[in-house]
Amino acid sequence: MEKRKERIDRGIKVRSGDIFALCSWREMLFLAAPRLIPILGFLILPLLLGAYWQKVLLSVAVFALLAISWDILAQSGMISLGQALFFGMGAYASGVFNHYWGWHPLVALPFATVMGGVICTALLLPVLRLRGIYFAMVRLIIPLMLVRIIEATKIFGGTEGLSGIVPLPSKWLELYLVMGALMAALFGFRRMPDSDYGLVLKGINDNDRSVMNAGINIYWFKAQALFISSSIGAFSGAFMTHVYMFVGMPVFALDYSILPIAAAVVGGPGNLAGATLGAFILVPLSEILRGIGGLRIVLYGLFLVIFIVALPEGIFHYIQRKYHQFERWVEVEG
Amino acid sequence: MFLDTVVYALINSVILALMAIGFNLTFGISGVANFAYGALYVTAAYVSWMLLNLIKLPYFLSAFISILFTTLLGALMYRFILLRVRGQALSEVIATFGIGLAILELFRYLGFVGFEYTLPVFIDQSFFILGAFVDMQRILIVIFGALLILGLWVFTHHTSLGLAFRGIAQDERTALSLGIDSDWIATLAVSFGAGLAAIAATIIIPLGSISPSEGYSVLIKALAVCIIGGLGSTGGVIVASFIIGFAERFTDSYISSHWTMIVSLAAILIVLIVKPSGLFGEQKELEERI
Amino acid sequence: MSSCPLLKVSGLYKNFGGVQAINDLNVELAEGELLGLIGPNGSGKTTAVNLITGFVKPSEGEVFYRSQNIIGWPPYKIVRLGIARTFQMVKPFYRLPAYKNMIIPLYSPRIKQTIGGKYGDRDAVALDLLEEVGFERDAFVAYKSASVLPQGYLKRLELAKVIALQPDLLILDELFSGLSLAEVASIVPIIEKLRQEGKTIIMIEHRLKELFRIADRVVVLNFGEKIAEGKSDEVMQSEAVKKAYLGAEA
Repeated sequence: MEKRKERIDRGIKVRSGDIFALCSWREMLFLAAPRLIPILGFLILPLLLGAYWQKVLLSVAVFALLAISWDILAQSGMISLGQALFFGMGAYASGVFNHYWGWHPLVALPFATVMGGVICTALLLPVLRLRGIYFAMVRLIIPLMLVRIIEATKIFGGTEGLSGIVPLPSKWLELYLVMGALMAALFGFRRMPDSDYGLVLKGINDNDRSVMNAGINIYWFKAQALFISSSIGAFSGAFMTHVYMFVGMPVFALDYSILPIAAAVVGGPGNLAGATLGAFILVPLSEILRGIGGLRIVLYGLFLVIFIVALPEGIFHYIQRKYHQFERWVEVEG
Repeated sequence: MFLDTVVYALINSVILALMAIGFNLTFGISGVANFAYGALYVTAAYVSWMLLNLIKLPYFLSAFISILFTTLLGALMYRFILLRVRGQALSEVIATFGIGLAILELFRYLGFVGFEYTLPVFIDQSFFILGAFVDMQRILIVIFGALLILGLWVFTHHTSLGLAFRGIAQDERTALSLGIDSDWIATLAVSFGAGLAAIAATIIIPLGSISPSEGYSVLIKALAVCIIGGLGSTGGVIVASFIIGFAERFTDSYISSHWTMIVSLAAILIVLIVKPSGLFGEQKELEERI
Repeated sequence: MSSCPLLKVSGLYKNFGGVQAINDLNVELAEGELLGLIGPNGSGKTTAVNLITGFVKPSEGEVFYRSQNIIGWPPYKIVRLGIARTFQMVKPFYRLPAYKNMIIPLYSPRIKQTIGGKYGDRDAVALDLLEEVGFERDAFVAYKSASVLPQGYLKRLELAKVIALQPDLLILDELFSGLSLAEVASIVPIIEKLRQEGKTIIMIEHRLKELFRIADRVVVLNFGEKIAEGKSDEVMQSEAVKKAYLGAEA
């Protein structure tokens, strides 16, 4: 007798599938828990952790934002190998606003976010018309080239960068600002992939000719996704400038390009919660592993390869699946 | 000074072309953009070095073995990893990128950084050409580069394997229906590209030293050349290499060395605006991909 | 007699690197007509459609839609004018259920033009439209993933996607190919209904018998040139057409 695996929705998932969920606390908890736990976590964690781990939490949030930014682009069919571009643009924008013009961080931040978004979108507009490969290639090169240009021409402080940037007024503001941004991005855009708008974006990824054939200007949509994504990335860069009180060439470093991809791939591509989860796993992990220095990046690279090949659905989907469904062996008839 | 610059520009162009040709070939044939290209380039150099200095094999043998090794590495990379994600552009890019990253950073971690990591030049001599002091290695690069490109051209236009390559490049489905095994060709394409990277490394590295950063540099340059020249077109690689090569050298001589990267970046941006698929690019814009 | 033609193709040429795909094509289409576009394989029918709908730019020539030259316009703009086409190789979004496939056309700016606003519930509209093209509602066919639907349903889905855009001119590229006689018979009424609504239709077909029953007029292409035009029975008598389809007789 042969057996095969069968996946069935758990009882509680079925029961909480519609309005009757309101009848029972258990069902409501089942639905609410996945959303409540992260929210509560985001709000409470900063209070529980010591100073060192608070800084790590900051990093986690920033990389989670970059990972979300990456994911939004990936869903629309644009593979970004250069998140550092967004990060660096935002970082320099805010640094310049503050250093040369003396703007207060709370003013510089939003401006840098938007400016960063606008510049990056404008820069990448020409490549939108082509296949994803070109996009990936250009995204990889530009930040790396920008580094060398800054180094060579010494603009914006050159190799020493700009220091003495004014930090945000208080440590708590720092933490809650970025946590707030992360939650806003996560819950704000979480619905997007499932909405009709997100469906159009995914359609562009899947079969752009078909979407074009429906009278939709795919380039405009791609530009929108690009703007959203680059603004999020710019925000995280601008934010970090004020945390470190410094901006320099390292903001275009590969690290900022790779870790978000690794986080999104490990956590679950195509899903913003997955990207966040990935960041929550990888960033603390890399802190713990700080001792082994350069080997970290080797591991990121290996993670990327292993996950994309063997576990493409990512950890988040795996967990989600287990939460919603269970498996059992079933005999095959005949 | 002018002749000086011209000569060095020529050499620079050939070097760029040699660097880019492997990447371009792999993509042109199989549509795989091998972002581990830079890593393969550097690996070939390190393997050569290790064979030469640790096992004390004669140089030509070391070089030969390392080229074979890198080619094999390319094939293995395809067979074990890329095969599983073939067709999904996102996954291909991430997978090759991840591999390249892991390899390069592994070398850096293991400490393969320093001035002792060099490869010897073939012949140690210099000549005076058109008013410029040119060492033999550079002359050999030009000659070798020209021969290699010519050889590749002959290969892809006049041998059956080469024609199969071009067939797949132009129309994969038809080629498949004629019995050409797409996976096998792709394996060959990736290994070929890897092998070319190894050859380029063997002949260019002696001008400087080996380091993991060189891997990223090579990848950037190859990408820049391919973006400007157009992926999949050998002619494009040549023309683009010359454009970048000359632009860089002349900027270096007449303006300042700081501006060379800006010039390259500007060139890329201009090409992207005017003809995004590259000068000789065969990538059709969306509307024409029916 | 007739007012300005709805569509006028004038002196159209297209050369693909040495292959003359379209050679001096001139066609006029009046509003409300059903024109059949036929010809042997490779005669340029799909290329002609691609040229009209903006997916390919011509080497020379013009296409006028309601007296407006639409050459050089990108496909999405042409769709917004009121022209919609299907593709020969049906490629739905496989991972989505059939009705979700309809969301994208229903999201199109064309909708705002025709009904003056956005649909509130696209899912419901999608299900309605699918029912109109024959997706049996009580069998919940519309909820099935596109990857499991047989060709008959996929073609109907493609048709529904085009209808959703409320075009004035529909271009159907080999809609009947791959369908059984029964399936064709069940789709014809849908096309008839579209005609009654006043829509103009161009149909590229190889299934000549089925096409001739509904077409007003037929244009025959061979090697990119128009070799015959007129009522179906007249056209099939022409020597040139017979030669084109059957090859040169001894």
